Amino acid sequence: MRRVYLDNNATTPLLPEVFEAMQPYFMGKFGNASSIHHHGQESRAAVERAREAVAGMLGCRASEIVFTGGGTEADNLALFGLLQPGDHCITSTVEHHAVLNTCKHLESAGCEITYVPVDGQGLVSPDDIRRAVRPNTKLISIMMANNETGVLQPVHEIGRIAEQADVYFHTDGVQAAGKVPIDVRDIGCDLLSISGHKMHAPQGIGALYIRKGTHLRPMLHGGNHERSRRAGTENVPGIVGLGKAAELACKGFHDSSNVRIAGWRDRLERSLIDAVEASGVNGSGVPRVPNTTNIYFDFLEGEALIIALDLKGLAVSTGAACSSGAIEPSHVLTAMGLPPERARASVRFSLGKQNTAEDVDFALQLVPETVARLRELSPIYNREALVR
Amino acid sequence: MPASTPIAVAMSGGVDSSAVAALLRAEGHEVIGLTMQLWDQRRLVGQAGPEGGHGRCCSLDDVHDARRVAEKLGIPYYVVNHQERFERDVVRPFVEEYLAGRTPIPCSLCNNHLKFDQLLTMARQIGADTVATGHYARVEFDDVGGRWLLQRPRDRAKDQTYFLFGLTQDQLSHTLFPIGNMTKSEVRELARSHGLALADKLDSQEICFVPGGDYKSFIASYLAEEGRAMPEAAGEVVTTGGSALGEHRGVHNFTVGQRKGLGVATGSPLYVIQIDSDSRRVVVGNEAELYTHTLRAKHLNFVSVDSLSEPMSVAVKIRHRHEPAPAIVEQIAEDEVMITFECPQRAVTPGQAAVFYDADVVVGGGWIMGRNQ
Repeated sequence: MRRVYLDNNATTPLLPEVFEAMQPYFMGKFGNASSIHHHGQESRAAVERAREAVAGMLGCRASEIVFTGGGTEADNLALFGLLQPGDHCITSTVEHHAVLNTCKHLESAGCEITYVPVDGQGLVSPDDIRRAVRPNTKLISIMMANNETGVLQPVHEIGRIAEQADVYFHTDGVQAAGKVPIDVRDIGCDLLSISGHKMHAPQGIGALYIRKGTHLRPMLHGGNHERSRRAGTENVPGIVGLGKAAELACKGFHDSSNVRIAGWRDRLERSLIDAVEASGVNGSGVPRVPNTTNIYFDFLEGEALIIALDLKGLAVSTGAACSSGAIEPSHVLTAMGLPPERARASVRFSLGKQNTAEDVDFALQLVPETVARLRELSPIYNREALVR
Repeated sequence: MPASTPIAVAMSGGVDSSAVAALLRAEGHEVIGLTMQLWDQRRLVGQAGPEGGHGRCCSLDDVHDARRVAEKLGIPYYVVNHQERFERDVVRPFVEEYLAGRTPIPCSLCNNHLKFDQLLTMARQIGADTVATGHYARVEFDDVGGRWLLQRPRDRAKDQTYFLFGLTQDQLSHTLFPIGNMTKSEVRELARSHGLALADKLDSQEICFVPGGDYKSFIASYLAEEGRAMPEAAGEVVTTGGSALGEHRGVHNFTVGQRKGLGVATGSPLYVIQIDSDSRRVVVGNEAELYTHTLRAKHLNFVSVDSLSEPMSVAVKIRHRHEPAPAIVEQIAEDEVMITFECPQRAVTPGQAAVFYDADVVVGGGWIMGRNQ
């Protein structure tokens, strides 16, 4: 069966160049980057080259990059590293669970958290953030791009607010990295998380940008790795992969690959909405990353649509998976004010660099006919409701 | 001859449904495995059972087991989320029934509203036309009567037809019970022959969402989570003769036929005869008073017949572990029947089902309102 993968916000395949760059570091160049001998030096050099590449992608110094076990760990390090009982933190209702559930945990540990709402398009209001600042506010944590809708938050404006209020600003850049250019100086953030596997590097590697002079308490204690900010032997192949992916991401902003992805996304989105009645885009009309579209198909269950599409070879997603693998209603779409039925009827399509124009054609052929079949069998579908 | 459309198998992670998937696959059918996520085990955390608050329902271990079986058989497999409907149609009614002094059967509600309704809809939407489950029951079309029949399985000890009487003709026509002609040991052997690691897994017995079977503390935790106080429930324990013996702390703590935990002491053994939720009275009496000749049942579903045109001689089962007893069932009002037993039956319990059998065939059933006074 032909299989087309349009769920690149969940994870991405390695790009061939990334895989190639990593390969020597599994067997031949296997050294521990902390070792004094030749083998260690080989690995150390690779790690530092990768650090420079990641710093290059983010517009910071290499010494400001700490490698982590992924985006979630980077988010946790930022929040746990700064916040102590009695501190106040401002975040939003549409953050990824890596931030949201960490905040909930910190709340139970004595921190104060303000969850600012979003509007119907999924945007936080900088004014809301300004108004939420208190004397004990230590940190603002607002994501760059939302994983479900791709909506880009006004992080530059928030950066100014943080600067004026003299509070730290962390942004979860996991869904932005590789998709839009990032310059941490321009944003004015103190901390920024990225994840390898969302940008064609492997799973299990991420990084946190920590602005020079920002004092973070480490979460993992042990050796003096990563300037004592993250103990544990470096994941050298993963780090090399992330470095290569960062290099390729920067290239993508200069050649046509991101423009191409944006073109496919727009075609997919427009054609689906034209072909399917009672459908629309969640978070349209505001800036978004170029690869993501979140579309509602009223009068059906997104869960059934996703399974039906998977059985025909198309991988897309909705909401968030719970531990069993079942789909949970999306907190992002609910926070945007979508009625529960529409939130449940929404599906995310996210493209990656490995996709082709034919992949988009495949989706365009499959989705409308599948939606039509589901609606025919749907107890909630009422044709008259459409006419009215 | 394998059907050309796929069959959806409701997989619980247990032996029976795993064997169903293996059997259908071996017969050459295209099979899609579905597990219903019905209840979040992390909820009601104060509700610690023996395994720290984790009941059997939708436990991660069971999902993993089902997933591994699907992988072994090479079939697509999905976990589908039906938590909202399960809570609305099964858990909430379960709690309300107990608070109203009845003894509910959540499994029947789950079958009617979830497994053979929601899951069937899902199956149809993803291109299957039939749901197969690991229930011990048989379904077949009767050309003469022109109806789908629900019949007791070959393995009488595992008979689950009591929980399936509410299935409509439409539901039955899209249902398969592939192990209805097998014994449990044959099913285990089948699982073993397909190399399924769970062939010797223990059967689940308790109500899946109530850890350790402690329904009283489940109800307390559920109400607490909803911010509801336990309804004003204390009342009197009285004898059938009307004399007060003492106080009790809520009708939901009792079930008809219960002997222990009545909180009153008398010379001879006492049993709960009746629970009156309006007056919050628990009526107790001696064992002989537990027996009754008649009962009324409502909210009927007929299976082998369209309706009851005249009184019918059947055997009636009034709880899961009850040998069907000969009786006459007779329509006495719209959607209500009177059942008159040949011999008086012990502990007729409101909230349980009365299921009517004609030999192996399920005629229909309804929900017990009470013994006829």
